[in-house]
Amino acid sequence: MLLIPCPYCGEREESEFHQGGEAHIERPKDPYKLTDEEWADYLFFRDNRKGVYLERWVHRHGCRRWFNVARDTATNQIVAVYKMGSKPPKSITSRGTMK
Amino acid sequence: MANTYLRQTPLAHLHLDARAANEAADATTGVHIGERLLLGMINLRGQRSNPDFGPAVKKVVGAALPGVNETSGKPEGVHVLGLGPDEWLIITPTGEEADIHANLERVVGEFHTAVTLTGESMTVIRLAGAHARDTLAKGCPMDMHPRVFGPGQCAQTILARADMTMHQTADDAYDIIVRRSFAEYVWTWLEDAAREYGVRVITGLR
Repeated sequence: MLLIPCPYCGEREESEFHQGGEAHIERPKDPYKLTDEEWADYLFFRDNRKGVYLERWVHRHGCRRWFNVARDTATNQIVAVYKMGSKPPKSITSRGTMK
Repeated sequence: MANTYLRQTPLAHLHLDARAANEAADATTGVHIGERLLLGMINLRGQRSNPDFGPAVKKVVGAALPGVNETSGKPEGVHVLGLGPDEWLIITPTGEEADIHANLERVVGEFHTAVTLTGESMTVIRLAGAHARDTLAKGCPMDMHPRVFGPGQCAQTILARADMTMHQTADDAYDIIVRRSFAEYVWTWLEDAAREYGVRVITGLR
């Protein structure tokens, strides 16, 4: 069981949370200009990398707020937690783990 | 004018009054369990970043807006639970919620807020006694050790797979706020969990 540090409530057990998929996926400004392949890429294709992965999580049974988690998919270690709307900490991006 | 109706607690069919009269507590009782009847509840959403918001609420409610997982006010009177960064639960004695709700709406109406009466959808189960914490810990994934969770704190979490809001009101007393539809399940679960410590029903809680 993971202990996930909710930015509002502090460390809580994984069973209180729900994972919401990869974070920082931006909706294309003009979907009509996209090819079918590009649109499918936006809708369905995710990175699924081995290593530090940026995800959205929601504290579903707690404060019900969404936030971002940087989690290593190989070790399950949580590297960083940051609020919705903010960028991942530089320490992660500088390691070249971002797209 | 709304029609009056027979307002009942979700645990009325368990006839807790009769059980409390028949089962007296003694020195071996480790857990006292009871229902706080028909308390008023108001869910408040608003932006704390607005410096006028907190004081405006305090003027009506009589208690300051607490931080997340903290509480303000006295548990027996009007008190406020901090549910999230922009969400609070105001709990009032029976019958006081309508006035507070109306006054709140009037006072905070100019801010970006939502004020909603939610008391009818919830009930409050009071768990007290030397083994109250041990009983809760059996079904709650939270660390409830006094070094991290103590009187005056609250938390939204899970009890035996049911959503609950827990408020520690004293060293050995907790208010468990659950949905009406979960009330009987949570009550029977708690009673079963507390059996090994000796459990007695208490009534007359307000």
